[in-house]
Amino acid sequence: MTSIIETKNLGISFGNHKAVDQVNFAIDEHQFTSIIGPNGAGKTTLFNLLSGQLKATNGDIFFCGKNITKCSTVERTRLGMGRSFQLTNVFPNLTTLENVRLAVQAQKKIYFQMLKSVFSYKDHSEIAKTILKTTLLVNKDDVLAKNLSHGDKRKLELAMLLALDTKLLLLDEPTAGMSVEDVPAIYEVIERIKEEKTKTILLIEHKMDMIMNLSDRIMVLFNGKLLADGAPKEIIANETVQSAYLGGLYDEYTA
Amino acid sequence: MRVSYENKLGSIIFLMVSCLLIVFPLVYEDRNLLIIFTQIFIFAIFAMSYDILLGFTGIISFGHAMFFGIGAYSMSIFMKRFEPEMLYVFLALIVGVFLSAIVSYVVGLLTLRLKTHYYAMLTLALANLFYVGAEKWRSLTEGADGFTFRIPDFLRERVNFYLITLVLMVLVYFALKLFIQSPFGKVLVAIKENEQRTESLGFNILYYKIIASIIAGILASIAGALYAISLRFVNTSVFSIDITLDALLMTIIGGVGTIIGAVIGSGVIEFSHYWLTSLVKLHWIFERWIIFFGILYILTVMFFPKGIVGALTALKRKARHEKKHDQSDKMTG
Repeated sequence: MTSIIETKNLGISFGNHKAVDQVNFAIDEHQFTSIIGPNGAGKTTLFNLLSGQLKATNGDIFFCGKNITKCSTVERTRLGMGRSFQLTNVFPNLTTLENVRLAVQAQKKIYFQMLKSVFSYKDHSEIAKTILKTTLLVNKDDVLAKNLSHGDKRKLELAMLLALDTKLLLLDEPTAGMSVEDVPAIYEVIERIKEEKTKTILLIEHKMDMIMNLSDRIMVLFNGKLLADGAPKEIIANETVQSAYLGGLYDEYTA
Repeated sequence: MRVSYENKLGSIIFLMVSCLLIVFPLVYEDRNLLIIFTQIFIFAIFAMSYDILLGFTGIISFGHAMFFGIGAYSMSIFMKRFEPEMLYVFLALIVGVFLSAIVSYVVGLLTLRLKTHYYAMLTLALANLFYVGAEKWRSLTEGADGFTFRIPDFLRERVNFYLITLVLMVLVYFALKLFIQSPFGKVLVAIKENEQRTESLGFNILYYKIIASIIAGILASIAGALYAISLRFVNTSVFSIDITLDALLMTIIGGVGTIIGAVIGSGVIEFSHYWLTSLVKLHWIFERWIIFFGILYILTVMFFPKGIVGALTALKRKARHEKKHDQSDKMTG
């Protein structure tokens, strides 16, 4: 069985600082994996390596068995890796529908058509509207993205990712900076995606309680290293993980 | 859907005004006014081409004059060296378009490395290079003194030329309208909004920037060629920063990111230029009309950062919003 995404000795250093160090993992298709770890553990950096925003200093990344370490962000997206961002990253002065429609357009591979109006692509808007419904953004079609509430922006971010219809979803803290009341809505969306069982999801999250039920597997990242990897129950029971979160291991690793 | 409706309204008004303008020379004979309108149409094409970069792709270029100048010089040199016949006019246009396509391709490639103001500075330097080149290559350009040339009889007829520029402006307007409504155009706007995000959607932004740059360059070159014909004279001033600033001023006053804004801006600037210079009899300050443009520019940026069209759209949106609220109040009340 080939895994959908695999890393071998993946690492990146900024000067002497190894932000991600010798990370090895392989994720099976349709698995729901969460990555946890304290601030600065290198979670987002790892994502940036996977999605191509950063180039690895050593190691390799395989996607569906193909080595993609040298591929650009654009190529990776076209291969089927989509990611959302921790800091909201949408098109602020476009409407919600337009934001999603652009992603649909990318998915349909309509890149250089310049002699036909977008209004003649009715199916694109239809797909975009369906996705907005899935992500609980109904009736917000013509709201400019910058005027959305923070929670809705996060949902839009997810909607754009869904519209790309990629096999692998990299979700970077979809609930970052959200008020507690809004969090369940986001998880409802993620749960819906999970239940469709068509996508492989890799999720970064701080909030342990949220991911325990959702995840098939949890990886713990600490100081750039993969500290633990296993089913949620094992991770909870794992002592090193507990001390990492409490800060006990900190001296041992940096000393 | 609402957006498309608003777009249609703008286009309908534009078309109606254009129809009126076609009839205008037949009913009202005023040579001066005819020349001003011709200038407006030419600069409207130029400003629209600049708006593709500034308003849609978010590329700030201070060197747009170089394409204008390439077009103007191609036309002038052809007319001077060969017979003033329509065949050579077309040939000159093709050469100008071809040259500016190559130059704009190279300049567009540089957007890969340079962003925002760094890119703006680079284009400024490049345009200046062309300016100095035209100054030094006297055997071809006769430098700052410039040269006059003859044009085909058909174009000498002011009304004919007026109609040609008008039709060209209308064509460019609708072509660009379609262009920005197309999937390609939507990606350009996305690049302006958020480059990195566009890339992570799987669009290769460099191609888009280069194509936008080439289209803008080609249109600017056509505007330059028309400008040369209208003056029957050319000198190095077609490469000067003033030309770029004109385009910048027109797009900003009219409304960045709206094609119609560039046309309106061109009208406002050309008319106020004409009007201000005619006031010289009253006071010598009007000889320095550029001062007023400076003030106009500052006021626009301060109070109407989105230009005339942007301000109008905002007003309309506000009105509609209030109406909506009234209705919902009635429903609940």
